[in-house]
Amino acid sequence: MSEAKRNFIEGARAEAPILIGVFPFGLIYGALAVNSGLSTAAAQLMSSILFAGSAQFITAQLFSEDTPALVMILTIAVVNLRHILYSASLAPHLKDLSLRWKVLLSYLLTDEAYAPSILHYEKEGLARFKHWFLLGAGGSLWLLWQLSTAIGVFWGASIPENISLDFALPLTFIAMLVPALKKIPMVAAALSAGVVALLAYSLPYKLGLILAALTGILVGALLEGRQSAREAR
Amino acid sequence: MTNIWLVMFAGGLITFGIRFSLIYLFGRFEIPETLKRALHYVPPAVFSAIIFPEIFLSDGVPDISPANPRLLAGLLAILTAWFSRNTLVTILVGMAGLFFFQWVQ
Repeated sequence: MSEAKRNFIEGARAEAPILIGVFPFGLIYGALAVNSGLSTAAAQLMSSILFAGSAQFITAQLFSEDTPALVMILTIAVVNLRHILYSASLAPHLKDLSLRWKVLLSYLLTDEAYAPSILHYEKEGLARFKHWFLLGAGGSLWLLWQLSTAIGVFWGASIPENISLDFALPLTFIAMLVPALKKIPMVAAALSAGVVALLAYSLPYKLGLILAALTGILVGALLEGRQSAREAR
Repeated sequence: MTNIWLVMFAGGLITFGIRFSLIYLFGRFEIPETLKRALHYVPPAVFSAIIFPEIFLSDGVPDISPANPRLLAGLLAILTAWFSRNTLVTILVGMAGLFFFQWVQ
């Protein structure tokens, strides 16, 4: 077996346990996306055009609330900005690749592909064909995400329209938010964002959402900064 | 209605740009520590900003009372998420709660 192929398979294998957790998410996304009023084509293609789980759920939610396009685009940008950390962290490992490889691997760079790849790279050092590992991890995730979305879209389209599932989207956000609330700055970020979202709800163009998110981010970062300053003393 | 295709293509381009940025600019740009720290708080802030109006408002007006089934179902889901840490279970319990509280009223 060639070195490239072995790295590719190793990447796909490292991704496998993550895929088991991702599969139901794809199903839920597909079903809720069509239930929120997206066409089946839009719901399905969002999984390859955006290829970013939480941003896709949020886009479906905002679409169902008739949010203006610019605010939706801004929200996607804010939500996905964290990927810049992955980009920075993988950059030294990918620096000698051709532009074509960099473009392909950047497209596949999600939370779930980043996690096993960086672990592998930190352990293995600068091996020659290691970009194939990321391709194996990211590529298998991509394939599964498209497939699970398709099943979810198909399933969601068969749910009668009079059964309202619109509350399932906020429930999904609760399921993703609550387990992360372990430290005070996290709780404060969530609470302050929530309260501002209520106070600013009547602002035009759904700008209250952006304002609330920025408030929460600021509160969390400031509190963490104060905490670590205190610990450093 | 919002043009979803415009949103998807612009959002997709921006997302790709973010992922590609530092892989492309390797060594020419450092992320400031403050930004790094702030990025950890993006998911809880955004999720919360969506959740709160969904459960505390009915028809755009604050409704903090047992007569608000979304509030009761939301609180039930928060408890479920905390103890089960399972997305599917949280959604199922929350939806069942919503149908139940709507039916009781």
